[in-house]
Amino acid sequence: MKPITKCRIGCEGTIARIRAREPIKGRLFSLGLAKGSHIKILDHTLAKQTWEVESDGTKIALREEEAASIFIESQECDT
Amino acid sequence: MKKIRVALAGQPNVGKSSIINSVTGARLHVGNFSGVTVEKKEVFIEKGDYEIEIIDLPGIYSLNAYTPEEHVAKKYLYEEDYDLIVNVVDANTLSRNLIFTMQLMDMQKKMILVVNMIDEIEKQGGEIDRHKLEELLGIPVVLTSAKEHRGVDEIIDQIIVTYESEKPKNKLYYDERIEEQVNRIVKVLHKSPHFKDPEYARFIAIRLLDRDEDIYKIIHDLPIFIELHEMLGKIYRELELEYDEESTSDVLSGDRYALSKALVMEAVRKPQKKVTLTDRLDKLLIHPVFGLPIFLFFMWLLFQLTFEVGSIPMDMIDAAFTEMSNLVKAVLPDGAIQSVLADGVIPAVGSIIMFLPNILILFMGINLLEQTGYMARTAFLLDGFMKKFGLQGKAFIPLVSGFGCTVPAYMAARTLKNPTDRIITMLILGFMSCSARLPVYVLLIGAFFPMAQAGNILFIIYISGAILGLIVAKILRTLLFKGEPEPFVMEMPPYRFPSMKALAMELWIKTRLFLKKAGTFIAGASMIIWFLSTYPHQPEIEARYLQKIEMTQDGEAKAQLQNEMISKVLERSYLGEIGKTLEPVFHPIGFDWRMSVAVVAGLAAKEVVVSTLATLYAVGDADEKSNTLLQRLRENVTFKAAIALIVIIMIYSPCIAAMSTFWVEVPQWVWRGFYLVYPNLLAWLMAFAVYRLLDFMGY
Repeated sequence: MKPITKCRIGCEGTIARIRAREPIKGRLFSLGLAKGSHIKILDHTLAKQTWEVESDGTKIALREEEAASIFIESQECDT
Repeated sequence: MKKIRVALAGQPNVGKSSIINSVTGARLHVGNFSGVTVEKKEVFIEKGDYEIEIIDLPGIYSLNAYTPEEHVAKKYLYEEDYDLIVNVVDANTLSRNLIFTMQLMDMQKKMILVVNMIDEIEKQGGEIDRHKLEELLGIPVVLTSAKEHRGVDEIIDQIIVTYESEKPKNKLYYDERIEEQVNRIVKVLHKSPHFKDPEYARFIAIRLLDRDEDIYKIIHDLPIFIELHEMLGKIYRELELEYDEESTSDVLSGDRYALSKALVMEAVRKPQKKVTLTDRLDKLLIHPVFGLPIFLFFMWLLFQLTFEVGSIPMDMIDAAFTEMSNLVKAVLPDGAIQSVLADGVIPAVGSIIMFLPNILILFMGINLLEQTGYMARTAFLLDGFMKKFGLQGKAFIPLVSGFGCTVPAYMAARTLKNPTDRIITMLILGFMSCSARLPVYVLLIGAFFPMAQAGNILFIIYISGAILGLIVAKILRTLLFKGEPEPFVMEMPPYRFPSMKALAMELWIKTRLFLKKAGTFIAGASMIIWFLSTYPHQPEIEARYLQKIEMTQDGEAKAQLQNEMISKVLERSYLGEIGKTLEPVFHPIGFDWRMSVAVVAGLAAKEVVVSTLATLYAVGDADEKSNTLLQRLRENVTFKAAIALIVIIMIYSPCIAAMSTFWVEVPQWVWRGFYLVYPNLLAWLMAFAVYRLLDFMGY
């Protein structure tokens, strides 16, 4: 289990935990990011301040802080 | 004729507006939701014996509302009187959309589910089983594609059928352990006469488990509150422990999530996952290296279009209003009415309507960016930079628009959904020097700097305005909006081709609202300025000068006297009095009463500063290239005072049109008050600092 900010572009896996607080947690959830859903890291900006992920056909942009609260269970993606 | 009222609700980017736009034979009405500047679109349709009114609610992700627009939608759903809900969902992202659908179904109202963009699923070989979905959810389902005009009119038929039939029995039940607790809450609720209806009580109970503060407020004042409050505390703890979650809201969310996954599994045959156009475009458009240059190119293009193409009709509009003014002068007899129309209202309204082409082009551009889905990408690209100054990525677009004209820039700030981000952006927008301030800069630079340096000085003025804006944003964020930075979590919608019909509709609505404002507010304000500069009349002065003019033969001297007369009359007018009263305020920064009046008149419109200076220094009709005016300025104004004036123009309140736009866009009195005071105070302080510094340096 590790935060998605530790992952490379293109890596994917299952969300193991979301450590964000309300209302961000609720917001992430209504966009489809919840414990157990599949997630893929699509992109980040040059300085890694903003991240883009995809889950079930929805693309979502996040700041580093919010992205770091999403923990992923995955074998094949180490930085 | 029976009236049916329909609330159209759905998550953002599901194509609600395109459905509204493609209903056959609909009349559209646009207004605002009461008390807020969120656009309210209503559609009226007559079919058979029915008049159907559909209210297009702002996009809402969840009943646990977050942005102001979501609160508007939620408030409407909770409090307004309507017959049924039409919930639009996107076929591509059905499972997450259905989570919100379930929240709506908890309300126990008559409801129709519209699955939109069905064509996109089918083209990729997927399929949605409508009857299965109806059976599982227990509500009618319509499959539509607004783009291909499929199924849209069927929604209307279904609305009538649903309206006329009984509400189907609720089929949405949660996990047993949750239902158990719902029933416990319902039992207590039944003790109050407000919650005798079992369906309503169930809704309240579920919302309480979902930690809905608005519902909590409803029960807060009831006699059963103490009992309920105690029990809720227990239930929260029990459920959280049982499910190992932090909040019962998460428990419910988790269950809805599982239910919707199951629903989709049953009713949807998913298309093969392919690399979509969006994936390919995103590879380029938000590329870590190339993304930014591409974005800057688009911005450059937009502003080129706005101010190059927009300036073509500008001259025509200007000429038309001048003609109109002359016509009024010719037709009406001399006097106050003629003067107020020809010198006050018509030129003022004209000077505002002149900006309409700019505004429309800029808006078309922004609307296209938004409709195609590119806007979300720009926010993604710029958020890192803007965050350093306490701003958000999306704020870049209104800020850059501010260099053109502050009025559309304030409106463009609507794209910022977070109220704090929006207010900070709007408060610093005025520091981006708008195009109307250019003539003032050109005049003063021309008078006090050598020609060769003019371009550099102008660039310094613009850049320092922008830098000041970013610094002030940072200060505002740290002083006034303490605490955690606002989160940035945003959906990146797939790229879509914009609908031309929707675009035309938007532009037409914007034009109408803008003209309405120009005709009412701005016309009124200009009447006041006109009054202040025309009264009280000075018949003796006028008579004396007219006599002198009569006696002079020399044409140049005549003009000179004419100007002197205007200047003397203006000096004694209320506006002149105001200028003299203000003189002590401006004295520390080296202004005489003329400059003071010019600055104050600049509140009407920044171009007015030039014409006022021209009149007051008695050189007659002049523009920024006029040599006599340059000469007079050099004789009468010190270098340091001129620089102070530039600083003032850069920072102080924008024109009345911009101020009234801010007023309309920001309903809170605190911010309105702050907005009126702080730029002027800051302008004065900065001007004072610069003036004293130059004085110290021996200028």
